[in-house]
Parts: sequence; C-alpha cells; structure tokens
Amino acid sequence: MDATALARWQFAITTVYHFLFVPITIGMSLIVACFHLMWVRTHKPEWLRLTKFFGKLFLINFALGLVTGIVQEFQFGMNWSDYSRFVGDIFGAPLAFEALLAFFLESTFLGIWIFGWGRIPEKLHMLTMWLTHIGTVLSAYFILAANSFMQNPVGFKFNPDTGRAEMADFLAVLTNKVQLVTFPHVITSSYMTGGAVVMGVALWLLMKHRDTQDAAMYRKATRIGAWVSLVASILVIVTGDIQGKIMTEVQPMKMAAAEAIYETKTNAPFSILSIGSLDGTEATRIIEVPGLLSFLATGSFDGEVMGINDAREAERALAAKVADQYGPEVGALVQDETYTPIIPLTYWTFRLMMGLGFVSTFLSLMVLWATRGGRTPQGWFYKQAAIWNPLLPVLAISFGWIFTEIGRQPWIVYGLMTTASGVSPRVSAGEVLTSMIVYTLVYAVLAVIEVKLFLTYVKRGADPFEEPKAPSDQDEDAPLQFAY
Amino acid sequence: MTLNEFWFILIGVLWTGFLVLEGFDFGVGGLLSTLGKGKDAADTEKRRRVMLTTIGPHWDGNEVWLLTAGGATFAAFPHWYATMFSAMYLPLLIILVALIVRAMGFEYRHKRNDDAWRRNWDLCIMAGSLLPPLLIGVALTNHVRGLPIDQDMEFVGNLFTLLNPMSLLGGIVVLLLSLTHGAFFIALKTEGEIRRDARVIGTKLGLVTAVLAVVLLLWIGLTKGTVWSWITTVIAAVALLFAIWSNTKDKEGYAFIGTAVTFAMAVATYFLVLFPNVMPSTLEGGTSLTITNASSSPLTLKIMTWAAVVFTPIVLIYTAWSYWAFRKRIGTHHIPAPVKVS
Repeated sequence: MDATALARWQFAITTVYHFLFVPITIGMSLIVACFHLMWVRTHKPEWLRLTKFFGKLFLINFALGLVTGIVQEFQFGMNWSDYSRFVGDIFGAPLAFEALLAFFLESTFLGIWIFGWGRIPEKLHMLTMWLTHIGTVLSAYFILAANSFMQNPVGFKFNPDTGRAEMADFLAVLTNKVQLVTFPHVITSSYMTGGAVVMGVALWLLMKHRDTQDAAMYRKATRIGAWVSLVASILVIVTGDIQGKIMTEVQPMKMAAAEAIYETKTNAPFSILSIGSLDGTEATRIIEVPGLLSFLATGSFDGEVMGINDAREAERALAAKVADQYGPEVGALVQDETYTPIIPLTYWTFRLMMGLGFVSTFLSLMVLWATRGGRTPQGWFYKQAAIWNPLLPVLAISFGWIFTEIGRQPWIVYGLMTTASGVSPRVSAGEVLTSMIVYTLVYAVLAVIEVKLFLTYVKRGADPFEEPKAPSDQDEDAPLQFAY
Repeated sequence: MTLNEFWFILIGVLWTGFLVLEGFDFGVGGLLSTLGKGKDAADTEKRRRVMLTTIGPHWDGNEVWLLTAGGATFAAFPHWYATMFSAMYLPLLIILVALIVRAMGFEYRHKRNDDAWRRNWDLCIMAGSLLPPLLIGVALTNHVRGLPIDQDMEFVGNLFTLLNPMSLLGGIVVLLLSLTHGAFFIALKTEGEIRRDARVIGTKLGLVTAVLAVVLLLWIGLTKGTVWSWITTVIAAVALLFAIWSNTKDKEGYAFIGTAVTFAMAVATYFLVLFPNVMPSTLEGGTSLTITNASSSPLTLKIMTWAAVVFTPIVLIYTAWSYWAFRKRIGTHHIPAPVKVS
C-alpha cells in the first residue's frame, strides 16, 4: 500500500473510533445534566443517585473520546499537509474556533463538575454540567462546519497569487446549507444514542433489581432514556430526509451510489437488499419499493434521480471546468481516473445506517410500552434489547459517516481537490504505517479496558444515597467527597 | 503592528499558556513516583492521590492550550502547521500516544481498588508526563535552530535531523523546568509532609534546571541573539533564580510565579530569535517559512483576531475562577477511602 492508502486507512480507523465515543458523550452529558437539574430542584434522593451513577459511566466514556480527539486535530498536518496548505485558510478557522469556544468550555467545566461535589455551591455545580454539554454541542457545530466545507465548498475564492483556496465569506462557511442540516442530524442522532445508552443500562438494572426498592428509580431512568431516544430518532429521520435531498443536489453521485443505480431514471425504486455484484450488470434486488429512491432524493415519487454513469460524467465535467478556470496547478488536484466511490460500500453502509437506526427506534418504543404504568418487562427479549439497543445507534452513526465520507470520494474537498492530492508529500509510507499500527494497538487495548470498566460499573448499579454536605458547613479537615 | 505580527505574538502567548499551565501538571505527573513516595505503601498511595487531586480539576483545561496553539497555527499560518506537523511526524506520534495514556491514567486510575491496576496507570501517567515536555522542547528548539526545508516548504530531513544536540538540550530544559514548576505547584497546593518534600525537591531540580537553561539560552543567544532576546534571556534567568530563592524562603506563591515567568520569557526569547521567521530553513536555496509567506489571507486573520479578542478574556475569566474554586490546600488526611470496586 502506498502512503495515500495508508493515510486514508489511518484517518478511517482513528475517526470512526473517535466517533464511537462522541455521540455518547453529547447525548449522556445532556441526560446527566437533566438528572442533576432534577436533583437540585426536587432533592429527591433518586435523582442524585442517578446523576452520580450515570455521571460515572459518562466519564468512563468521555475519557476515550477526549484522548482520541487530540489525534484528530493534529492528523491534518501530519498526514494531510498538502490539504492543509490548500484549504487551511478556510478549514483552519473552524478548528481554531472549536478549540477556543468549545474545548475550553467543555474541559474546564467538566473538571469543575468532577471535583465539585461538596466544594462549590450546588446550583453552580449543576450548571457546570450544562456548560459541559453546551461545549460538546458547540464543538460539534464547528467541526461539522469544517466537514461540510469538504462536502460542499462555499464561501471561498481561489487566489492565483498564493495558489490556494482562500476565505471569502466566513458566515457562508458557518451557514453552509449542508452544515445546517448535518448539524441537527448529528446532534439528534447523538441524543438518540445517549438516550439508548441510558435506557439500555437502566433497563438491565431494572430487570435485575425488579423486586427491590430501586426498581422504581431504574424504571424512571429507563423511560427517560427511551423517550429521549425515541423523540430524537424521529428528528434524526426528519433531518436525514432533508439531508438526503440536499445531498442529491450538491453531490448527485452520492445518492446514486447509495442505491447503486447506474442509469438516470424517474420513479427510481429503492431496494432493501441485493444479491450479486453491484457493478451495474447482474445485481438482483430483493424487495424493491417503486419510486422510493426518487422520493428520498427529490421529495416526489416521480422525481428524476441521476445515475452513476451520468454523475461520473458530471464530475468529470466539473473537474475540467475547475482546471479551465483556475489553471493547470489546480487542474492537477482534480484529476481522477474513475470519479466514482466504492459502490458496494456506499450501498451497504447506507442500508445499515438506516436499518440499525430503525431497529433502535422500534426497540425504544417497545421498551416504553413494556414499562408503562410501573410494569417491569422480563424474559430473554428485553434483556437482549437492553444489551443491544445502546450499540445500535452507535453502529448506525459509524455506518452513516463511512457512507458520507466514502460517498464523496475521490474528493477530499468536493469538486476542488482529490483525496490523493491532499496527502503529505514528504511523509513516507513507513511512517504512516508505523503510526497506524501504534494507534490501532493502543486504541484496541484501551477499548478492552474501557468496555470492561464500563460493564463493571453498570453491574454495580447506583450507589446508595448519601446526604451531601454543603461546602459551607464542612469541617476543614474532613475527607473530600471526591478525589482522584 | 500588522495582523501577521499580532498572530505571531498570539501563538507565542498560547505556547506560554500551555507551558505555564500544562507545565506544572506534567511536572506533578512526572514526580509521581519520587515525590509520591511515603513511609509505607498506604502513605505512598495517599501521597500520590494528593498529587493527582491537586491537578485533577485542571489538567484537561490546561491541555486545551496545546490544542488551541495547534488550531490557531492551522488557522493563522497554515503552512507553518503543515510543515511543522509533517516534519515532526514521529516525535509528534510519541507525544500524542503519551498524552492519550496519561489522560486515561488520570481518569481511570481511581476507578478500581486494585494495586496492579494503579501501578500500570501510574506508569502511564509518568511516561505520559515526562515524554511530552521533552519532545515539545525538542520541537520548539528545532524551530529556533532551523531545519532543512526545501523551496516547496517541505522538510527534507529525518528523525535524526530533529535529534540534534541543541534541540535535545532544549527538550531536557523544558522537561526539567516543568518538573521544577510542578514541585513548586505541589508545595503551593498541599499541606503536611508532602509540602515540605516538594520544596526540597523543587530547590534541587531548580538548580539543575538553572545551570542547563543558562547553557541553552547562552548557546542560542550567542549564535542567534538580538538585543531584545538578550533582555528576555536575562529576565528568564533572574526569574528562575528568584523562584529558587523564594522556594528556600518558603514563599511558595512567588516560587511558582517565578517559574511561570521563566517559561514565558523562554518562549519570548525563542520567538524573538525566530522573528520574522517561523521556521527558518538551513538549506541552501531552501525557503524559510515567515510570518508573511506562511500566513493565512488578511480576511482569515481578521476574523480570527476578532474571535481571539472577544473569547480569550472569557476563557481566562472562567479558567481563573476554576483555580479559585479549588484554591484550598489538600493533605493526605483529605483523601477519601478508595472506591469499592476491585
């Protein structure tokens, strides 16, 4: 493998891994902040117990999201230096904003929240978790604005003197139409995930402690998690639908690749599954819904959907136009042989994203039904639901990202630069391979440790209630309520 | 002052913020086994927990200064970011892995009451606190020394080009200064035996640091110094001596401020020597990266300037508040029982 292929694999591995933890962080920080708010408002013991219990699980997860995020920011310069030079004038700004506005907020206030028990006034303490949550959401906004620029470059102009793309309108970058729909899609899918994690953990504990006093508390948490997940999942579907239409408009190839249709057609069908190769010759579609692809892409069952063959020619023409407009140096950055992504990958990840998401929505609905009016579900099925439901949205999100990033290929910035021309020219394949092996090994070991620790804490359940002491009436020499 | 000059200074400020803040938590993490050593196993464990708890609420926020320095370099000087990070590929890989295992150590160490578990995370915390300041010192000193950069702004050396004597000395000085700074921080934030031990270690480390720092700064000054860089060099040296002296006189706050000023003046010296270059080339016919040819467009610099002017003060205010909220000294008697998870 050459350095480009290795750098792509490395980006895929580190980014997908990082983003396993991010949606859980965003979603759980909201729910823990809500539990904490309820404790401060009502002073009912169950809210404090839930805050502390899910707070611990949140932190076990947060640590990995944090450390893998650092790699992300430096990876652009390490492996993608030509990309950084060519679009850094636009792409660097949201990253700097993210650090300045979001990372500081998130890290500082989470540090205060972790150590704040009994050391700062309770309302202020609760507020720090909300600020942490706001930090995670802001962070998502800026990094998605950066990604949306790669999907649909706006707000830039080409400067022939410097030979690179430069900022023309920062507001346009921050309000890119792809961004305006990607951001709510990602945030709601994160809430869906956070809700599913809370639901799964609490349901498992509810079934385990069904005959104890704690059952009511776990049932409450189960239902809150399931409601958050369910409502969010509906919003995920709505935003995803709008996103599909915008994607069809800005990247016709991606929609064609999602269904692997080669010829442009109206009333285009959507297949649930296929057998055989997806190169346009012999695939057998199973369960085809007539007109559904047209509807997903255009909002009308009779709408015309561009096929892969036409989309490829459109991209070739786009590249030729860019070369013509900006000269041979930029022309070299837009050359590709195929102008087509890996079709089976886009086809299957698109289905896995939607399918796993729908299953999760359905499970949340069933759990809400099974826990209504103080009921406790039992049996194999609900135990499996408790275990699997937290994983389904996480996997769905991963497949969604793989779809959207692979579906953009061969571009790193759509229509402006190919992925192959963004790679660091002086970094050797050996160096990229070394770092890839190191990251993969370290990440694998940490994943095992993380999951084991997470499960250990889940099995323990919530600690018994302890009346918290206010900072003012504490003995100066008493032990801290929390220390590392 | 042009915006390019402003951003050059601001990136220096961000590195200063990073070294002053994360510097002490690197130091605390690096001293975990020495300063954390108590009379017996139980005392050792409590002392280590005291040390980690002093930096517990802050290390993550401190690390954001590094991310912001990286992000600001990307936004304001994309070529600097691209050349620096692709040139220092392997050292940066080690820094990243070190920061990963260190942060995991902070967050996971206390979550099980198990000696083997804690021992392993202690190793991660120590390695993760010692390697980054060493390698960041190497990286920054390589900027001052100059690197083989060709006319396309690409680094054409290899790992051994980066490991030259001046840069290695720079790495050792940053590491030692972090350890000294960390010892002074422990002395400032704890009470009891550990506080006294921290002062003793701080003085010893400070003296070694002072000798090596003077050698390094003289070396840089004599080969590349300007009038201004000599002034900051002298202030750095005086501040370090003042810090050590204050420490021996039990003035812990002054000692800590002294090492903080030393860091700030060392960064100022580096940046004054660099100016107007950001990465000078040592190659015949190579292109030195400067604040002009490596920079972003005027519009991007203007946008970033507004963001920095509005948001940096806000960040400073809540960061200051977080230090105030946890201002109380802690000792081994404040350490609660370990979690009941084995």
